[in-house]
This record gives sequence, structure tokens and C-alpha cells, in this order.
Amino acid sequence: MGKRDYNLLGEDARRAVESGLAAAAWYHTEVPRKVMKDLMQRSDQPAIRDTILLYGGMIVFAALGIALWPHVWSAPFWLAYGVLYGSASDSRWHECGHGTAFRTGWMNDVVYQIASFMIMRNAATWRWSHARHHTNTYIVGRDPEIAIMRPPAFLKLIGSFIGIPEVLQFVPRMIYNAVIGVHPEEKTFVPESEWPKVVRVARVHLAIHAATVALAVWMQSILPLMVIGLPRMYGAWHHVMTGLLQHGGLADNVVDHRLNSRTVMMNPVSRFIYWNMNYHVEHHMFPMVPYHALPRLHEAIRHDLPAPNRSIAAAFREMWPALRRQLASEDYVLHRELPPTARPYRLDFHTAALGTAAA
Amino acid sequence: MPQWVDACATDDVEPEDVIRFDHGGQTYAVYRSPDDYWFCTDGLCSHEQVHLADGLVMGDVIECPKHNGRFDYRTGAPKRAPVCVALRTYPARAEAGRVLVELP
Ligand code: FES
Repeated sequence: MGKRDYNLLGEDARRAVESGLAAAAWYHTEVPRKVMKDLMQRSDQPAIRDTILLYGGMIVFAALGIALWPHVWSAPFWLAYGVLYGSASDSRWHECGHGTAFRTGWMNDVVYQIASFMIMRNAATWRWSHARHHTNTYIVGRDPEIAIMRPPAFLKLIGSFIGIPEVLQFVPRMIYNAVIGVHPEEKTFVPESEWPKVVRVARVHLAIHAATVALAVWMQSILPLMVIGLPRMYGAWHHVMTGLLQHGGLADNVVDHRLNSRTVMMNPVSRFIYWNMNYHVEHHMFPMVPYHALPRLHEAIRHDLPAPNRSIAAAFREMWPALRRQLASEDYVLHRELPPTARPYRLDFHTAALGTAAA
Repeated sequence: MPQWVDACATDDVEPEDVIRFDHGGQTYAVYRSPDDYWFCTDGLCSHEQVHLADGLVMGDVIECPKHNGRFDYRTGAPKRAPVCVALRTYPARAEAGRVLVELP
């Protein structure tokens, strides 16, 4: 395929539309309607419990961090607070953006807005970018959420563990949105009726961050920034660690999530922070299934999926060498075996997208 | 000239559920509400042409299986992003164990 053009207005974007890849039907494992209906059912209870735990934990850790500040003993509490602020907010943003976390709509919306602020994403823009990520998962030029482009930019990836590239991208874009308006690239996936919301959200975020900086200057201390803003950086590592595993080293330009997404078994703490998004193939295949039902969905369809990685470490051991090989050869991808019970991969679309065969 | 068309048996759809119905080269979604009324809309989501019958009925709402956009299936009105454009609706009724929909 050669050099990839990830620009949403670029050559690969045009080709994906022309070849029909952008509008192709995706592979789904067959699940009886009755089973699927049961898996899709919504409930407030698990998300209320998890949200009380999350925000309760944040308040306790931040209070202890502030009480012990600036002693070195405050550090563990900041680290814990940071992971909840800078990583758990990513999964809350994600699930509440889908509207599946709670049964009650306004609860999804409130947690979504708070999480978007903490993870530094414009709540209005990113709702649409994520819709595109689901339509065109890892289709080059169409998916605005490709975390690992090819060849992989290792320095940027490592910087992401402390949020550097994201914050550097977010701050100017927030100011642009607040002062000038919607960016031309955003206009490719955000409908015009939503543009005023993009601006409004950016202004609210800007006001809160500006007030925090002003308070820090007035107090002559970074303490206010330890509570708001900086935890997006010092607590980002967990969501980057888990997020890179979602699609890293796997195929792009395919229409079968078993080829481009990864399910990883994880410890309970990581699953709480990540809200079960370790079942990533399952989530992409059936985005209607709420996070708390994903383990059941996994059991229902595992016969049709490649075996999950057994741990975060095992998944990195698989992914990292593949990323390194992609430095030399952009077209290299991990190809995982399907169990004998599975239906075969849909490789035909992939081949067509590479321009080496007719669709 | 609109005509009433036999879409399915009432037993084919549980209360608070939906079924796909294809007719005359078009696809429709036929809904059975929790209180046992029948409704019919276009079968494809107005956002990205996905079959709504694979989605979830919750009360008066159908949630699309692709991006979780929502419609009020009684009126076709969009209720949650990313859907912005309403669905067309068609009269539906049950008669002698069959569901009939009035199609153009
Ligand atoms: S296709 Fe229905 S919400 Fe996107």
C-alpha cells in the first residue's frame, strides 16, 4: 500500500470513499436476537455504583494530596488521583458518549461532560469523531482516532504516556474553537447544526482552565493545577497503556473487527479504570452492549474470535515487536489465528483497499 | 395509492421489540410497544443506513445499533445524536394475529 495519508481531507480518504470501503458493511458474529436483546439491556445500578466509587475516590485522594502538600508523602495520593482523573475519564467519556453506561439519559450526559473536560476533549466535537471511529475503524484517512499511525511515531507514543502531544494539540484547538470557531478538519465530521455547541464547550473549558491558572499564579503555587489540568498528564499513562492495545499492530483498511481490534484479559483494577473496554473486539462489533455486559458478550461470541491476550504484559509482548517491524515495513500487520469454530476473516475488502485486486 | 400490507405475525415480535420487514425494494422496521401498540418506520437509520431492527427498543425509543442514535419510533423524531434527520413513519395495526402496515 505504501505511504499512508491520515489526513481526513487527503488522498487515502478519497480512495476509501471511492472504493466503497468507507461505506462497507462490517462483519458480525451471529448472535440470536433474544440473547442480543438481553445483552443490550440498560441499567443505572452498575454505573451509579462505579461513579460513586470513582468520584468518591477522587475526592478522598485529592483531599489527602492537598493535606500533605508539598510533602513527598502526598505523591502516592496524587498518583492515584491522577489515574482516576487522567485515565478513568477516558473510559467514562467513551461509555457515556455511547449513551450505554446508564439507562437514564441525563446521567450519561452529566458524566460525559465532566469526563470530556478532564480528558481534555471537546465534548461536542469528539462525540462525532467517535461515531466516525465506529463507522470507519482504522480506515486510513477516514478514522480520526487512529492512535498508532504507520510508521509508528515512537517518541510521540511515549510522550502520550504523560499526555504531551494530546495537551499540546488540545490547548491551541480549545482556544481556536473558543475564539475563531470550528476548525475546517472538524467540519468534515461535525454537522453544521452542532457547531455552536463546539464553540460553547470550548469556552467553558477555557474559562475553567484560565481560572485555575489564575488561582495558581495568585497562590504562587502549582497546587490548583495538581487538582485541575495537570492530572491529565501525570495520570494519563493507564489509558494510553490500555488504549494502544485496542488496535496496535493490527490491520487497517479492513471491515472485520476481529482483524483490527484486540481483546485483552485484565486485572480488576484496570478493568474498573478502563470500564471493561478490554473487550474491544466485542465492543466494536456490538456497540449497543453496555460495559457491564461485555464479559457476558465475550462468552457468547468467543468461539468466533481470535483468542484474547491473557494479560496487559502479554498483549504488549505481542504488539511492541509488531510496531517495531512497521517502522521498516508499513504494511506489516499481526495476523491472529481464528479458532476452528470461527467463520473465516473477510480479507477481500482489505485486498481491494490495497489496490491489488478487484473488490 | 397507499395500501395495507401484511408485515408479520403478532407472535413474531415480543412487546418492546422490533422486526425488519422488506417490501417493494424498501426496508422497514415494525415495532411492538410495551403497551402492545404497533408502529412502523423506515428500516434504515437516517444517519448511516444501518438496519434499526438490530437495535434496542426502550419504551417509545429505538436505539440504532451502530452509533446509539435514538428515534421516537411513534413519530420518527430524532432524540439523540448522532441522528439529526427524522424517520418516515407508516400506520400499523394488528388484526387477527397479523400485523398490517400501510405503505405508499
Ligand atoms: S447509523 Fe444510526 S446512529 Fe449512526
